[in-house]
Amino acid sequence: MKILVSVKRVVDYAVKVRVKPDGSGIDLNNVKMSMNPFCEIAVEEAVRLKESKVASEVVVATVGPSQSSEQIRTALAMGADRGIHVQVEQELPPSVVSRALKGIVLKEKPSLVILGKQAIDDDCNQTGQMLAQLLDWPQGTFASKIKVDGEKLQVTREVDRGLETLELRLPAVVTCDLRLNEPRYATLPNIMKAKKKPVEKLGLKDLNLEPSHGIETLSVFEPPKRQGGNKVESVAELIDKLRNEAKVI
Amino acid sequence: MAPCWKRVNYFLGYLRIQQTTGKRFVSEIASRASPSGKNSAFSRLTAEDVSYLKDVVSSRCVVEEKEALEPFNTDWMRKYRGTSSLVLKPNSTEQVSQILQYCNNKKLAVVPQGGNTGLVGGSVPVFDEIILNLSNMNRIRNFDEKSGIVTCEGGIVLEALSNFVSERGYTFPLDLGAKGSCQIGGNLATNAGGTRFLRYGSLHGSTLGLEVVLANGKVLHMLSTLRKDNTGYHIPHIFIGSEGTLGVITAASICCPKKCRSVHTALLGVDSFDKVTELLVRCKDEVGEILSAFEFMDRNAVELATSLLSHVRDPFPKSFPFYVLIETAGSNEKHDEEKLEKFLENCYSEDFISDAVLAQDQSQMNQLWTLRESMPEAVSRSGKSIFKYDLSIPLEHFYGLVTEMRSRLAQHACHVVSWGHIGDCNLHLNISSSEEAYESLSKLIEPYVYEWTRAHGGSISAEHGIGRMKSKYLPISKDKSTLELMKQMKQLLDPVGILNPYKVFSQEA
Repeated sequence: MKILVSVKRVVDYAVKVRVKPDGSGIDLNNVKMSMNPFCEIAVEEAVRLKESKVASEVVVATVGPSQSSEQIRTALAMGADRGIHVQVEQELPPSVVSRALKGIVLKEKPSLVILGKQAIDDDCNQTGQMLAQLLDWPQGTFASKIKVDGEKLQVTREVDRGLETLELRLPAVVTCDLRLNEPRYATLPNIMKAKKKPVEKLGLKDLNLEPSHGIETLSVFEPPKRQGGNKVESVAELIDKLRNEAKVI
Repeated sequence: MAPCWKRVNYFLGYLRIQQTTGKRFVSEIASRASPSGKNSAFSRLTAEDVSYLKDVVSSRCVVEEKEALEPFNTDWMRKYRGTSSLVLKPNSTEQVSQILQYCNNKKLAVVPQGGNTGLVGGSVPVFDEIILNLSNMNRIRNFDEKSGIVTCEGGIVLEALSNFVSERGYTFPLDLGAKGSCQIGGNLATNAGGTRFLRYGSLHGSTLGLEVVLANGKVLHMLSTLRKDNTGYHIPHIFIGSEGTLGVITAASICCPKKCRSVHTALLGVDSFDKVTELLVRCKDEVGEILSAFEFMDRNAVELATSLLSHVRDPFPKSFPFYVLIETAGSNEKHDEEKLEKFLENCYSEDFISDAVLAQDQSQMNQLWTLRESMPEAVSRSGKSIFKYDLSIPLEHFYGLVTEMRSRLAQHACHVVSWGHIGDCNLHLNISSSEEAYESLSKLIEPYVYEWTRAHGGSISAEHGIGRMKSKYLPISKDKSTLELMKQMKQLLDPVGILNPYKVFSQEA
């Protein structure tokens, strides 16, 4: 069984993001970029399926700028076999990314596609669902446990009232939640090996896609800063402030 | 990175065995049970004194209530407790000067206090000394965006100062676990070490100038902001590390390096200590210009942490005798990464390291540091009797002491674990065991550890200082004539002896 995993390059989750002064977006200058943490979980799950001999090959794909090759390398160092990099310099919404992934799926013919449930930069939570729709495949989202059973796949999902287990027919699309696994570290010998693994470079044109997508970002701004607290001298003053300043009573 | 291993109960059980023969020795037991070690030359605080001093700082900046005094009288480990009845929180250098001038004339003893996070009992009174707390002096007086030189008052919290310069593109050259509470004045007075020491060196190097109030109230204006200034004796240096015994640091000017944009962290598994030292030498040679940390842990320490603490994880599938945490900080992400990887690949192919993991993102970086920083907590959970040592030992003998202690204590059920800033030759040796084993172990451990350290050219305190805890052992690391000169300097600068009495110098001698 072949597994396709998609990964996204995002601003590292530990970085405090700053909005550009002109409000056109996030300032990415000199900001640490990493693999989206949910994508890391997806890679880990695919590699585990390969280690347990359920999968025979793990292909990792990304749609992003040239530096996204670093995230492909990380996935390869974690144990993926080869990479596909759809090089696009501009930012794309899930509608285009899912179409690009569909193009790769048609070419690679995997039995399972694993994605992170969402990327921590735009928090869209759409790519996996859109891909399943475009392929007309079954989907299991927010997986906290998956188990392959012959031609079938059991996906346990975290839902509001507990755990829900679905059975999907393969091929299928799965998106990962946080508790699916704990991703491994990239070890030095594997980083060295990863450098020799093949990475195929494509453009959107190779997949018959256009980068235009009909969405334009008008402005990006920070939420208002939290006001500092205030000490009051008396109950009367407190009531007065609640009534006239905060207007809550 | 926010390491917290400095804030540990070093020498935890140590005071319990200070049953010194002969003369009175000032210890927790002594200060609680029998105040007879008190210097009778000091005066008792009178109502008149209090009213004068209140006038100096204004009554808002005075603490007198018994319960409110408690945190000022007790060190953060709750190991030392004084009985001061007055805390003064001056707002200005002028006020500090007036207070000291008065106390000097009246022979009233004073403990200068910053964030009170020290590990050797230096920042709390032994008896009823007046506490001179600097926390109200927390202003930044000046920052030069071009040179990175910051001039600030002594009471500013290290983290606030660090954030201030960081927002302006600079790194504060000092970082340590207590940064959220400790103050720069206290850091300077104790010459604090910390994790950035390897890269940015000691505070002696980064401090360009100080403003100090002497015991008699005289203010030394030495706030130079010049990198080079070879005019006369370099007086500020004698106050750095003087532990509040020579003067009160009210302000400092410190040179901050530019902030590094690219940081990389790796954890290495190594199969012998010789390879660890060889690795350090090669690391300095091949990635020296971007190296920002080189920390070491032994297997026993890592196993203790991973077995006792659920949030700590060993990233390797198998264990190694030694672990090294390397961090680089530079300006070019790609260049730094390539450089570090090439260095590690070379070491790996030449068998200097058995395995390594490279953090791929910030959270992995934090996890690797967590492993290193969790060591003290693991030790504190591993037994009731804990012996902690903060030693400087030359690299060639560095691990010898640990091996030696393991064989010396082989017949006893105890954990002997070690870690440290090996890049600075700073070993943290920790021995833990059951409560009952305390007496039998302590005889085997002390003063053996100190004597071994001296015999191998080391120091009994690498970064924590002497304070009240190690004053008895100071002669082990300082020769007689040096000690004599130290005493003469103390006599010269504080002839009445009001500043931080009973600290640094042994009361026995």
